[in-house]
Amino acid sequence: MFFRLFSILQKKAFFALLFLLNTPLLNADWFALNMTRGITDISNEVFELHMLIFWICVAIGVLVFSVMFYSMWAHTKKKNPVPAKFHENHKLEIAWTIIPFLILIAMAVPASKTLVKIYDDEAGDINIQVTGYQWKWQYRYLEDDVSFFSNLSTDLDEIYNLVPKGENYLQEVDEMVVIPAGKKVRFLITANDVIHSWWMPAFAIKQDAIPGFVNTAWTIVDEPGIYRGKCTELCGKNHGFMPIVVKVVEQDEYDEWVYGKKQEAIKLAELTTKEWTAEELVSRGESIYEVNCVACHQTSGEGITGIFPALAGSDIVMNNKDRNIEILMEGVQGAAMNSFSYLSEVELAAVITYTRQSWGNAEKGDGEIVVPKDIVDYKEPKI
Amino acid sequence: MSAVIENHHDDHHHGPAKGITRWLYTTNHKDIGTLYLWFSFAMFLIGGAMAMVIRAELFQPGMQIVEPEFYNQMITLHGLIMIFGGVMPAFVGLANWLVPMMIGAPDMALPRMNNLSFWILPFAFFILLSSLFMEGGAPNFGWTFYAPLSTTYAPPSVTFFIFSVHIMGASSIMGAINVVVTIMNMRAPGVSLMKMPLFVWSWLITAYLLIAVMPVLAGAVTMMLMDIHFGTSFFNAAGGGDPVLFQHIFWFFGHPEVYIMILPAFGIVSHIIETFSRKQLFGYSSMVWAMLSIAILSFVVWAHHMFTVGLPLAAEIFFMWATMLIAVPTGVKVFNWVATMFRGSLTFETPMLFAIAFVVLFTIGGLSGLMLAIVPADFQYHDTYFVVAHFHYVLVPGAIFSIMAAVYYWIPKWSGNMYDERLGKLHFWLSFIGVNVTFFPQHFIGLAGMPRRYPDYALVFADWNMVSSVGAFLFGFSQLLFLFIVIKTVMGGKKATDQVWDGAKGLEWTVASPAPYHTFSTPPKVD
Repeated sequence: MFFRLFSILQKKAFFALLFLLNTPLLNADWFALNMTRGITDISNEVFELHMLIFWICVAIGVLVFSVMFYSMWAHTKKKNPVPAKFHENHKLEIAWTIIPFLILIAMAVPASKTLVKIYDDEAGDINIQVTGYQWKWQYRYLEDDVSFFSNLSTDLDEIYNLVPKGENYLQEVDEMVVIPAGKKVRFLITANDVIHSWWMPAFAIKQDAIPGFVNTAWTIVDEPGIYRGKCTELCGKNHGFMPIVVKVVEQDEYDEWVYGKKQEAIKLAELTTKEWTAEELVSRGESIYEVNCVACHQTSGEGITGIFPALAGSDIVMNNKDRNIEILMEGVQGAAMNSFSYLSEVELAAVITYTRQSWGNAEKGDGEIVVPKDIVDYKEPKI
Repeated sequence: MSAVIENHHDDHHHGPAKGITRWLYTTNHKDIGTLYLWFSFAMFLIGGAMAMVIRAELFQPGMQIVEPEFYNQMITLHGLIMIFGGVMPAFVGLANWLVPMMIGAPDMALPRMNNLSFWILPFAFFILLSSLFMEGGAPNFGWTFYAPLSTTYAPPSVTFFIFSVHIMGASSIMGAINVVVTIMNMRAPGVSLMKMPLFVWSWLITAYLLIAVMPVLAGAVTMMLMDIHFGTSFFNAAGGGDPVLFQHIFWFFGHPEVYIMILPAFGIVSHIIETFSRKQLFGYSSMVWAMLSIAILSFVVWAHHMFTVGLPLAAEIFFMWATMLIAVPTGVKVFNWVATMFRGSLTFETPMLFAIAFVVLFTIGGLSGLMLAIVPADFQYHDTYFVVAHFHYVLVPGAIFSIMAAVYYWIPKWSGNMYDERLGKLHFWLSFIGVNVTFFPQHFIGLAGMPRRYPDYALVFADWNMVSSVGAFLFGFSQLLFLFIVIKTVMGGKKATDQVWDGAKGLEWTVASPAPYHTFSTPPKVD
């Protein structure tokens, strides 16, 4: 035990040192200074607009500061012991009111034009509903009835500096959004709990995901590739850990992907009718727990005192199967616990069984397992 | 001089009480000003310590020092403490010290309320800080506390936060009423409105802004309280409410609040530049009109904080144009300061250095603000470090540099002693370098795509985050030097003359240094 702890600490210290020495040298990103040029017409236009106002601001700054610095150099008490007497000049004051006003109009006109283009928001060839959750994104392809969650896939050990960080540290997900190149894709953005914001810099899209509202944004991407974005509205603890990754592919590859997703859904449905053992459910449930529950209830099942209740030793988890299912299906009113009814029957049964069998709960409680059929029964309309 | 002799006579009967009761029961504007200034200094150091925690965590990618939950508590408290505990009380303290002396009044118009408005503040911040030790931790939803993260999903301490904001609001409103009543009723004969020193003007306008918007903030937190405890659904979409409504209310308060934190700075800097240029301020009346226009425009630009919430096109265009319009009066002020320096007879004592740095760095912050007003570009800037860089440029080398400039400029009058010029200059250069090394790279980090309020980040942002952290430590620790300089000056040092600065104008320089406990018991004569 002691040795194991020691070796972990040693490993941690070693890597910490490694990072300290190497990070700035290995990843020389001193040139990450400016906005990246976009890959769509709109995002390019936004980039040009950004550079235009940037240079106008630089010009204004240089002009004002050079007069000021000249004065600081030439009009010191030593060089100019007797100050001038002027303290008013109406012509000058009118000039420096009118001229900035005209410059502003020169900036605002092209900006307004671009904005009008962005707001041209008719239905797309493909419409994807994007829903923000604490702390993941759900994507529903409205035409194809394909739906999945996209979670951060960076390992916790990387975040806690136990192993070296990968190239796409915090910018990688377990399932990417796939869209076809050259097609108009419209995103319908909303949220399930708190406000999130869906930002994809390469498309110049940033729209808040607000519970109860649907915001829209659209894009046409011609260049296949993988594009990375982030959540940009503080949404709680793991706000920094819910990235967005969009994969743009050619149309035929896209069709293949959609077909594959539909097949997956059929397979999942078959699993519901299968006979399950506790072991099967627990092993399946563990990964679901890690993705969906661990942020609040922790790996140890202890939760966080005062905010997130413990599952280990919880009476409901140990002895009250029906209430256990109900909480996952309905959420808890007025608390951070949301409904997880969007998970599949198999996933729900597995994760509930996992919590009922772990941390000594099975020994202390009734030890009953929950099978997918139980969830199906719960969903049956009650007469 | 006769006024001084009379005051000495008054001292005998109405001098400060002894011991702690002097500070608890005081109704003297100078004592209350001092209390406000020390309180804000303490809050500045506490809020600064939190900034150090934030920058230490961001020194490298990965989670090292704190957990994300605690990180969110730090960013929330840092913002709240710096705004409501640091900058605002510091300006109220300066108003207390200076407004009566500048207009030739014996004290503030409402001295007992003055005492009350200060003494409820420590309780407000005690409550806020105590939430750190509560179950579930301190508020963790950012200083903008957007619902429903701050209502349905908030830790239990949010109720204490709401109470604390109410107390701060009450204090600010009382302070503001006091300033308005004092300025409107107690000016010495001859001090007409258009003869008032610009600091007084800036505070008169600020006070009206405070009276207008602090009740709006109180309304917002009350609605939160109702949502949390009394089953209403103002901001809860599931109950028919509207989370975006919260943002409209908040920013209707929040944008004027931004100018509340910068207008008094405009006043201070105008005085200092005038003094050390030894030349009359250029364009006094246009300065007044510029401040008035900025204040009025501040009520019609709030939604530029909300360009990404899904406003209709017409609203986006209106708020973009209205926001850009503010650049005009702000530009006028900057041009006036430069014109004041032009062909003046300049010297560069510490207050002047801070004032010049203010003009340069505030202008940079203003220009990035202009960029942020451009809606399509804002879709890329919004909620990134570019915004963090922008508002820290207007608040740190803006508001806070102006407060430091004011302290160096008037402390000889307050304490009767000159500060140590060499140490003052050292403090300036350390702060100036520190502030730029901290916040300039944040423009890069933001443009490259790092969102704000992130406890951890992708590797591409690592280099400039490290630079920014180094700058922050330099800036943070330099403020301990400031503390030392202030204490050293209060304790002793070269005696200041009554005039203090040879180019200084205004009634406060006609009284003795240190300023007697009571000044202008009989109004001075002003032509």
